[in-house]
Amino acid sequence: MANAKKMDVSDEVAIQIEKMNKWYGSFHVLKDIDLTVYRGERIVICGPSGSGKSTLIRCINALEEHQQGKITVDGTHLSSDLKNIDAIRSEVGMCFQHFNLFPHLSILENCTLAPIWVRKIPKKEAEETAMHFLEKVKIPDQALKYPGQLSGGQQQRVAIARSLCMQPRIMLFDEPTSALDPEMIKEVLDTMIELAEEGMTMLCVTHEMGFARQVANRVIFMDAGQIVEQNEPEEFFNNPQSERTQLFLSQILGH
Amino acid sequence: MSKLSYVRTEMLPEQAPPVAQAGIVKWLRENLFSSIPNSILTLASLAFLYVILSHVLPWMFQSSWTANSLSECRSMIAAAYGEGTHGACWAVIRERFLQLVFGFYPAELYWRPIVAFILMLVALAPVLFDKLPRKMLWFSAIFPFLCFWLLWGGSIWVPIVALAGFVLGGVAYALIGAKFGNLPATIAAFLVPVLWWLLLANPVSNGLHSIIPLGLEAVESAKFGGFMLSVLIGITGIVMSLPIGVLLALGRQSDLLIVKAICVGFIEFIRGVPLITLLFVASVLLNYFLPPGTTFDIILRVIIMVTLFASAYMAEVIRGGLAALPKGQYEGADSLGLDFWQSTRLIIMPQALKISIPSIVSTFIGLFKDTVLVSIIGLLDPIGLTTNIRADAAWNGIIWELYGFIALVFFIFCFSMSRYSMYLERKLQTSH
Ligand SMILES: Nc1ncnc2c1ncn2[C@@H]1O[C@H](COP(=O)(O)OP(=O)(O)O)[C@@H](O)[C@H]1O
Ligand SMILES: [Mg+2]
Repeated sequence: MANAKKMDVSDEVAIQIEKMNKWYGSFHVLKDIDLTVYRGERIVICGPSGSGKSTLIRCINALEEHQQGKITVDGTHLSSDLKNIDAIRSEVGMCFQHFNLFPHLSILENCTLAPIWVRKIPKKEAEETAMHFLEKVKIPDQALKYPGQLSGGQQQRVAIARSLCMQPRIMLFDEPTSALDPEMIKEVLDTMIELAEEGMTMLCVTHEMGFARQVANRVIFMDAGQIVEQNEPEEFFNNPQSERTQLFLSQILGH
Repeated sequence: MSKLSYVRTEMLPEQAPPVAQAGIVKWLRENLFSSIPNSILTLASLAFLYVILSHVLPWMFQSSWTANSLSECRSMIAAAYGEGTHGACWAVIRERFLQLVFGFYPAELYWRPIVAFILMLVALAPVLFDKLPRKMLWFSAIFPFLCFWLLWGGSIWVPIVALAGFVLGGVAYALIGAKFGNLPATIAAFLVPVLWWLLLANPVSNGLHSIIPLGLEAVESAKFGGFMLSVLIGITGIVMSLPIGVLLALGRQSDLLIVKAICVGFIEFIRGVPLITLLFVASVLLNYFLPPGTTFDIILRVIIMVTLFASAYMAEVIRGGLAALPKGQYEGADSLGLDFWQSTRLIIMPQALKISIPSIVSTFIGLFKDTVLVSIIGLLDPIGLTTNIRADAAWNGIIWELYGFIALVFFIFCFSMSRYSMYLERKLQTSH
């Protein structure tokens, strides 16, 4: 599996964040964030709860608005222009902690909705693509069921397939396994590992350190709205530099 | 100590759930006589039912269907069931049935409302039952114009020209949307039809009519009445109040300050005023505001008021549904790149409406029953007709039979709506 890490990271920039600041009211959530993500990179973001990890990746597809600084995704500058936002969102897939599947649509419809309406792909073709990705996440047999009839792990895999159906160039994950029962975490992580091996550019908020070691080329540690430390996984886990990182790692890796 | 360690050697097979024990005696025991207080309540209820039915049933069945006046009725019942028997005089329903259904609509033209009613069922069917072919919705879309023409008659060009307004709106939306973007297109889609109807529709339809005079004999609104009128006002109000309510609910949530203020103001104002007041405004006041010489049909005015009234309630009901949706649904839709109208139409509204089905149907039922209020401004709905019928010397003094019959018909309509909503809720259940 370690071959995932050997994959070449190109020097083409996928996401560029420069001096980005964000406030909720008067609360300064993100402070001077600078981050460059290259195509094919797999980045794991960790940090204590409330440190701004979700807010950061939600700024990348404009689910949250930032107030200062510049975000460029795939060469498109993220401004308040709705056209740009919709363009970026259709290039960037996102998986949420609580899946956010559409409960009134079948699994297949969940997967074909955006391709049909946003990409204007004919229904038949969209369904074929959807079945392809549902096979990839290993639940083609559930295609006609509704989200409420699936287990959490299955729902998250559907959510991944749903994003993939838009053929995104970048995938964002916000704690995709933290709402899952332990026995289902692996099936979701396996899907993500497979995706990483295919060279997908991924930004992943997660506390699954095994996953980070296995697939990440970079681990970023955030605290209090800032990037405190970033490094290759081996270095990051074995030799953390900042005190905050050391404290955090000792807390989550056990005593 | 060996008790602590246990290993199952064999997994249990699945078993069918236990069958509920049958038997009427057992059912009675469990449901009606499970305890002493329960038994007392059961017996008391039975006694109560007996008292009611022992009066109502003989009255209902020791009745007359054939008499031609109340006094004739009374003597026929006395002759048949003995002096002093109180029986219902259903003869009034028989004699006035057509009037209760059609009002004073010309008898030789009854086929028009009947055809309109049957076509209405055809038009509603694909909306109510999604198994039917979607192509039928095209008929549903033109039905309102067809219905208008069938009921009021007149030149066929009037409904066609009115329909053209919508077509023009759609064309404007497509053309301007392609060139200038979403907001101007939306404004144009609204303005173009309104201008068309206000300025051009009349001369155009007159012109067309003078070239190709096609039409039905006109029937004036004053002749409309009975259940036909109730259904006309009720169904139009129901069908229009839902989309208007959806727009108002969305407007109330909008970030655009002016849109939001208008929607909130409208909803709060309409909800704060009794329907009767609005109906009086429709019947009396509106004429003052219209340019002199314009006649604006009274039934149309009433329909507009009833629709606005129901829309305000509908908006609040739908807002409740919107509020119950988790934020994740909006984010899921946004993250896939769906724009506002797409996510509203495909993700948000279907779920919000589903949550609100019971309250939506309650509002519909309320609206349908409220149509009887039009009798206060002198329209001849069934309640308005009762005054007429009772003023007739032959039927002077009759009460229960008329109101009972009207209540029964309303009950059938409202109960059907209620059953349909339960069917719909069951059908949309997707969690297991
Ligand atoms: N919509 C919001 N309004 C106000 N404060 C918020 C909002 N969302 C998050 N926050 C605050 O911003 C901080 C960062 O949140 P978040 O990015 O969700 O953290 P993390 O994902 O790292 O746990 C937290 O203190 C949280 O309380
Ligand atoms: Mg978070």
